[in-house]
Amino acid sequence: MKKKIGVYICHCGGNISDYVDVEKVRQAIENEEGVSLAKTTIFACSDSNQKDMVADINTNQLDGVVVASCSPKLHLITFRNVCERANLNKYNYVHANIREQVSWAHSDDKLGATEKAIHIVKAAIAKVRYAESLEPNKIVAQKAVAIIGGGVAGMKAAIALSDKDCPVYLIEREFFIGGRVAQWDTMFTTNETGKEVVTKLYNNLILRPNVTIFTGAEVIKNVGSIGDFKLKVKIAPRYIKDKCKEGNLQKAIDACPVVLPDEFNFNITTRKAIYHNFPSEYPQSPVIDIKNCTRCGKCEQICENIDFSQKEEILDINVGSVLMATGFDPYTPKDGEFGYNEVDNVVTLPQFKRMIELSDKKLLFKEKEVKNIAYIYCVGSRQAEGENTYCSRYCCTSAIHSSLLVKKKFANIYNYHFTRGIRTYGKQEVLYAESSQQGDIYMQSYEDALPIVSRINDKTIVKINDILTGGKEITVEADLIVLVTGMVPRADNSVGALFKLPKGRDNFFNEIHMKLRPVETFIDGVTISGACQGPKNIMESANSALSAATKSYSYISKGILETEPIVAVVDKNACSWCNSCSEACPFDAISKIEIGEKTIASINNAVCKGCGMCLPVCPTDAIDLIAYSSKEIESMIDSLI
Amino acid sequence: MAEKNMKSAKILVFSTEKISDPAIDMAGLLKLHYPPTVYTITVPCSSGIKSRWIMHAYEKGFDGVFIAADGSDCIFGESCTEKTGHIVSRTHELMKQNKIEPARLKMAAICSVCSESFVKQIKSFNEYLLKNSNS
Repeated sequence: MKKKIGVYICHCGGNISDYVDVEKVRQAIENEEGVSLAKTTIFACSDSNQKDMVADINTNQLDGVVVASCSPKLHLITFRNVCERANLNKYNYVHANIREQVSWAHSDDKLGATEKAIHIVKAAIAKVRYAESLEPNKIVAQKAVAIIGGGVAGMKAAIALSDKDCPVYLIEREFFIGGRVAQWDTMFTTNETGKEVVTKLYNNLILRPNVTIFTGAEVIKNVGSIGDFKLKVKIAPRYIKDKCKEGNLQKAIDACPVVLPDEFNFNITTRKAIYHNFPSEYPQSPVIDIKNCTRCGKCEQICENIDFSQKEEILDINVGSVLMATGFDPYTPKDGEFGYNEVDNVVTLPQFKRMIELSDKKLLFKEKEVKNIAYIYCVGSRQAEGENTYCSRYCCTSAIHSSLLVKKKFANIYNYHFTRGIRTYGKQEVLYAESSQQGDIYMQSYEDALPIVSRINDKTIVKINDILTGGKEITVEADLIVLVTGMVPRADNSVGALFKLPKGRDNFFNEIHMKLRPVETFIDGVTISGACQGPKNIMESANSALSAATKSYSYISKGILETEPIVAVVDKNACSWCNSCSEACPFDAISKIEIGEKTIASINNAVCKGCGMCLPVCPTDAIDLIAYSSKEIESMIDSLI
Repeated sequence: MAEKNMKSAKILVFSTEKISDPAIDMAGLLKLHYPPTVYTITVPCSSGIKSRWIMHAYEKGFDGVFIAADGSDCIFGESCTEKTGHIVSRTHELMKQNKIEPARLKMAAICSVCSESFVKQIKSFNEYLLKNSNS
């Protein structure tokens, strides 16, 4: 039992103390058994307070520490490190959450919040009394990282990890590398095309012997945990042995009788069952869409490298960390949403961008020349009624950039922007200024009075009550309506479920904390980067990819990984081996051993994950979990009542 | 059962470190209010909760116990839902033996973003417990 416990109660600026009387909490706990020091502090996590804590621990020879502050997800490690710096074993630290679960949750009831905070701090003190000095488990960490998603974020992360001499497996579900960026033409601010960016990254990657790229590959199983993820990767065949001779390839494509909507061009064009998205795409080998191939054999007759005997492969990969970079999908408007799929000349921004790239001399839509273009913003983003309440961040810039491009490339184009307020943050504001200066018309409405698209006498009309001109009703006759659609999570995000990755309220993968732990997830060893985490532009995606690569590498760089020493322990006297615990254990961590004439359960600490599933099934209550023992839990319950 | 005419029932929540605790934290972040007499003890997994802990809570005066279960999101395996269900069944038997109304133990799967669901469940459980205590 601890006899010299130090307790720190944090104001968190006013986040806690505006609703919880922290001084009252301090007074209520200062005479608790074992407490020898009780302080309040404005910011417990500040450097100055951390230094004070180290001094307090040393001066007062504290043997247990409690900090009552924010969620332990944010600062448990911070204060454990403080203990270590003061030469106190870090497992003698207990964290009490009086912000997320007290001051914020009960900001409507200050008395109730203060009373609850007192009980929670008392419970933490009760727990720390029983805390023991422990040593973290040490496991061998596989020095390799699997990156799931071969877009710009995935490729940037792969290069960063390769630079650190870390083997990388880059796993891309599609048959070609590059993700969404490959679908983009020139980009702000460099005027590089998406294809050029992808090519540059790919050419860099293929020179690296420690990077293995899989395309048409999908993770289908994940077993293990941080330091030792065992992945099963399914590789779909391309049905092509190697690169076809250039002439033969085109002849084989031309000969294919199957015509399908081309998803790469968002279905505004068609492709064949043997295809590549664009001529220089990586890997520079086409693929056969076997689901839609009729096996007519015409391509086989032309190209000797077509091989329908290729089979699906299953590979086993063992890595220490997994970096998710699975990207986003563009929002698909619902039928009728601003005339989508009901009015002929309504397209989405991604379709429009492909149209600009694929059109030459004249911008044609359904064989009719386009001159007046109406852009309707925030489609699928900032929804007042709908799932996507968030701003997709990139779409204002992308729409304005596209409107500038279209005006430069084609003559007599007039752009009309129906906005909800332009959000071209940072340097992107330059584009907005340029667009305004060249005569684009900007109108704005609130969320409760969105523009209306209607078809009147064979004309497509967009109507708005423009708040920039005092609510004046303005109508525009448009040859083409571009719905400026935002980003949504991938429709098929099943790979996230394989890793049990939590999602945020926006349904993108969720980080632990957007500022303090921005690429870490609640699943140890799995990091997230790029637009799978939420809407981002390329620069932001690349930055998060570098951050995630560094974090993933930090898990495995030493080759040895420290994990929580939370394992089950067996009371040898109480155990009389009945096999219940062994049957309940999902990790086969429990076996029987003979001690003298007695058979009892034995825990393999290297395998035990500390789930506690063996605890409640024991008929003699002979198993406890370190740090969650019955005496700790019950003493906490005693303090909470 | 606790004193009658109380404003809110005393509820002990067993939440899980990786799954339901983030949801409860987010409820606070979103200022989704629930009674301040709801206390949380965090465990690694809902299928590791001992019946004796739950019984201890009733013995000490908690009106209700709520298991914010991992459900199918459990990081330790797919058997979690079934095993947590068994814990509830076993504890219900113990409650009956001790003449404690089984409905005072409630379990619901709370995912890492189920903040609104958590608050809704807790409010409804609180109302049930209050109604039951006054009847």
